[in-house]
Amino acid sequence: MMKKLALATSAFAMLAATPGLAQDVSVKLGVLNDRSGVYADLSGEGSVIAAQMAVEDFGAEEKGITVEIVSADHQNKPDVASNIARQWYSEEDVDAIFDVPTSSAALAVHEITREMDKIFMNSGAATSDLTGSACSPNTVHWTYDTWALANGTGGAMVEQGGDSWFFITADYAFGHALERDTTAFVEKSGGTVVGSVRHPFPGSDFSSFLLQAQASGAKVVGLANAGGDTINAVKQASEFGITQAGQSLAGLLVFLTDVHSLGLQTAQGLVLTESFYWDLNDQTREWSARFEEQAGDKPTMVQAGVYGSVLHYLKAVEATGTDETAAVMEWMKANPTDDPLFGQGEIREDGRKIHDMYLFRVKAPDQSEGPWDYYELLETIPADQAFRPLADGGCSLVEEAAAQ
Amino acid sequence: MTTTDTVSHVSAQPRDKAMGMPRHHMMIFIALFAAMLVAPFVLYPVFLMKVMCFALFAAAFNLLLGFGGLLSFGHAAYFGMASYVSAHAAKVWGLTPELAILSGTLVAMVLGAVIGSLAIRRQGIYFAMVTLAFAQMVYFFALQAPFTGGEDGIQAVPRGDLFGILSTRPDRTFYYVVLAITFGGVLAIYRIIHSPFGQVLKAIRENEPRSISLGYHVNRYKLAVFVISATFAGMAGATKALVFQLASLTDVYWTMSGEVVLMTLLGGMGTVFGPLLGAGIIVAMQNYFASFGAWVLIMQGIIFVLAVLLFREGIIGVLARWIKKPL
Amino acid sequence: MFELLGIPPQALFGQLLLGLINGSFYAMLSLGLAVIFGLLNIINFTHGAQYMMGAFVTWMLLTYFGINYWAALILVPLIVGATGIVIERLMISRLYHLDHLYGLLLTFGLALIIQGLFRNQYGVSGIPYAAPELLQGGHNLGFMYLPNSRLWVIVASLVVCLGTWFMIEKTKLGAYLRAATENPTLVGAFGINVPRMITLTYGFGVGLAALAGVLAAPIYSVNPNMGEQLIIVVFAVVVIGGMGSILGAIITGFGLGLVEGLTRVFYPEGSAVVIFVIMAIVLLVKPAGLFGRTA
Repeated sequence: MMKKLALATSAFAMLAATPGLAQDVSVKLGVLNDRSGVYADLSGEGSVIAAQMAVEDFGAEEKGITVEIVSADHQNKPDVASNIARQWYSEEDVDAIFDVPTSSAALAVHEITREMDKIFMNSGAATSDLTGSACSPNTVHWTYDTWALANGTGGAMVEQGGDSWFFITADYAFGHALERDTTAFVEKSGGTVVGSVRHPFPGSDFSSFLLQAQASGAKVVGLANAGGDTINAVKQASEFGITQAGQSLAGLLVFLTDVHSLGLQTAQGLVLTESFYWDLNDQTREWSARFEEQAGDKPTMVQAGVYGSVLHYLKAVEATGTDETAAVMEWMKANPTDDPLFGQGEIREDGRKIHDMYLFRVKAPDQSEGPWDYYELLETIPADQAFRPLADGGCSLVEEAAAQ
Repeated sequence: MTTTDTVSHVSAQPRDKAMGMPRHHMMIFIALFAAMLVAPFVLYPVFLMKVMCFALFAAAFNLLLGFGGLLSFGHAAYFGMASYVSAHAAKVWGLTPELAILSGTLVAMVLGAVIGSLAIRRQGIYFAMVTLAFAQMVYFFALQAPFTGGEDGIQAVPRGDLFGILSTRPDRTFYYVVLAITFGGVLAIYRIIHSPFGQVLKAIRENEPRSISLGYHVNRYKLAVFVISATFAGMAGATKALVFQLASLTDVYWTMSGEVVLMTLLGGMGTVFGPLLGAGIIVAMQNYFASFGAWVLIMQGIIFVLAVLLFREGIIGVLARWIKKPL
Repeated sequence: MFELLGIPPQALFGQLLLGLINGSFYAMLSLGLAVIFGLLNIINFTHGAQYMMGAFVTWMLLTYFGINYWAALILVPLIVGATGIVIERLMISRLYHLDHLYGLLLTFGLALIIQGLFRNQYGVSGIPYAAPELLQGGHNLGFMYLPNSRLWVIVASLVVCLGTWFMIEKTKLGAYLRAATENPTLVGAFGINVPRMITLTYGFGVGLAALAGVLAAPIYSVNPNMGEQLIIVVFAVVVIGGMGSILGAIITGFGLGLVEGLTRVFYPEGSAVVIFVIMAIVLLVKPAGLFGRTA
């Protein structure tokens, strides 16, 4: 220890000008996401840029923390993701993995991380199992999850007057879960579900299902699907005049990039829930402007989540002076989070990061004042109501804590 | 198909009496085995296991295409379905790894019998399209059946204890299990190719009407080779599920069917060692070029086109021509 | 109001009409495949990618050159068809003396390349293409609201399919084509340039795929994967139809669209597999397909 300190001091003497305290910790962060598939636009290179911005904004170098960022494409395939994660952890000394969209890939990385006892901070994936039945002491789920989306869109929509629903649901586990969760919130808030239809996944033609939705007379047509399916459904809903005829269209998993790809003419009136939007306040605008300079697009909530999670991770490394998993994880859960994008929040013992969620409506073209001016804020869902209560998730970590 | 006059020379080659195998084949097998024994101390064992699973998959596929002359564009169905069953057996039923792999393999065999009996009613290109369409049905089934976990797949599959005794959790331990399975499978396929059954297959491939006139029940042979190929493809998939400890939609999707065609074509269809080399190259490419994103797809496409236009015999086929010995 | 099988007849008409619209795409795509297969004897796996190119080129013409949808209807099939001709001359033509499976493998590789390039350039979220003014809005038919863009798809597809059928079955050019399909050597001996005819036929088939892409651009999300999903269904349509006749491809395409439309009402979960189930049944009962000649 003495020797190490002495070395550090002598190194200091040579560099002379470096201010602050040298902790001599080096960490390696892996940003693992989709760089070629359906989620490349909402995570991809943008997430890597967000991670680098977090390192720079944190001033890791001045604080004596050497940070190296590696990235790779998991192609949305769980086996590829698990292979890369294993190799990163065991061969390349990666300390923590960030982002990982696609639930199946995220769950795979989640399991490997637990096995290797490293840290996984997910931003991109939707499945609430990460902090529920499959929860792990090594995982933090940062940005959103299916429960929060269903709660935001389902519950808040009913309060806004949309009390009868018809679901167009992708016929696979993710779609079923979204429909089931949303139904629960709609009914809890006093609304009714008048019908639903399951479409094959992936689907390209939604006209038939939209016609059924129209015939149902429901006030809200809920789209319990994602990615290309949602985009196609919204595009065709506009073609068939669904929103013009007075029904609202609610997307249960829609990202800013989806709206960008649809264009306002088509997407107008769509209601959706996100945990971040670039135009929320001065801080998000300032950060997003810097992000856009490098990435070319405004950030999505997933990319924002990567920034927030890297920042919090680095704070923990600084405070504990180590990259050791247990210590860092303990610090991250014990101390509140605070960053310019998500504001103040916390990480619960099940790994769920808690912050506000927002219900947005997509603007009509004539309301939009410029590029990327897409959302109108309908409602803020406060942090303490935005996520699944700790006791309901069935996470074994919570039960253990309660038993003690 | 005009792939292999190479194989027809097999009988003219000097054979090692004990194994009924030409001496140079035996030497290559031994060298390969020895190399694979030490490989995990040099290369990453999980990567090597992936290569081996795909090598077995490609060898099984090659049995059908290279020796049976039947191009299946739906082999992902057997590979993927077996991986689901094996993962389910290990995780939910708590079976030991050898039983889990066996159950996956059996399911692939049954599936192969059902689809094969329909598909062999058509020939050539139609056959390819029919297998593709059926594989697509299997994909939909995998997407929707409750036990497959939909798009999340089956995760956190335990590898369990071999024969209930030996823990296969450490990668290096399981590596040797996979090595044994792969070599067992590849040698079994080798035996089938060089059996009288294999000779009849070749006759059918070269001239189906004449084989019929000679009194062979052509469709029975075709179905048999189809089922055998599906079975070994299933064995590969079932093993892969335990290697990665997960089963997912990737393995049943039709691009997987395309990948195995590519591996076989690149290595050399109708050769013994071609599919193994092809699998090694493609898996290595996917592994080490993962950060290039969509370029991997494009490179695979380019390799496909080049292989079809310039070296239809595949790498091993070209080598075999040079050394004038079948490989 | 009386009900048919628990569904009001109005709703059923609506669904059947929508099925017919989807059938229009199947018909156009399987027609292109059939024409190519007839003369070249290869299954054009690139067909889906060429359909996708059709939609993208439509978007590019509008975005980069300001060329509108109506001009694109003519230009896009020509442009994409021309790339098809280049592909045929440079690559496919080298494979005619080989087993036909190599054609399938080559076009599969080409499809991967084309898809990958578009993915790299445009991402996969898809890009918006607004329908031209004439196609916006729609008609209220009483039993459903029919957007003009969909109506247009049926009309255009019927015209193209029947036009192609007429050209091949009733004109002199078509007669040469059919003759060349039966016996290329003999037709060549009569002084007809068969290789050139083959090249143009491939270009024509590809042009049909591109035209389907143009029609799809205002309706579906324009993204690099749009063809990948459709092509396998179209393959099944082709197996069911049997590809023996041009008319067979057209009728099967529209017919299966209708069947799929009905499934969406009565058993929506099964609408993705119904075509494959029908294929299995047809193979059991009539292995050569509904309109196919027995080999």
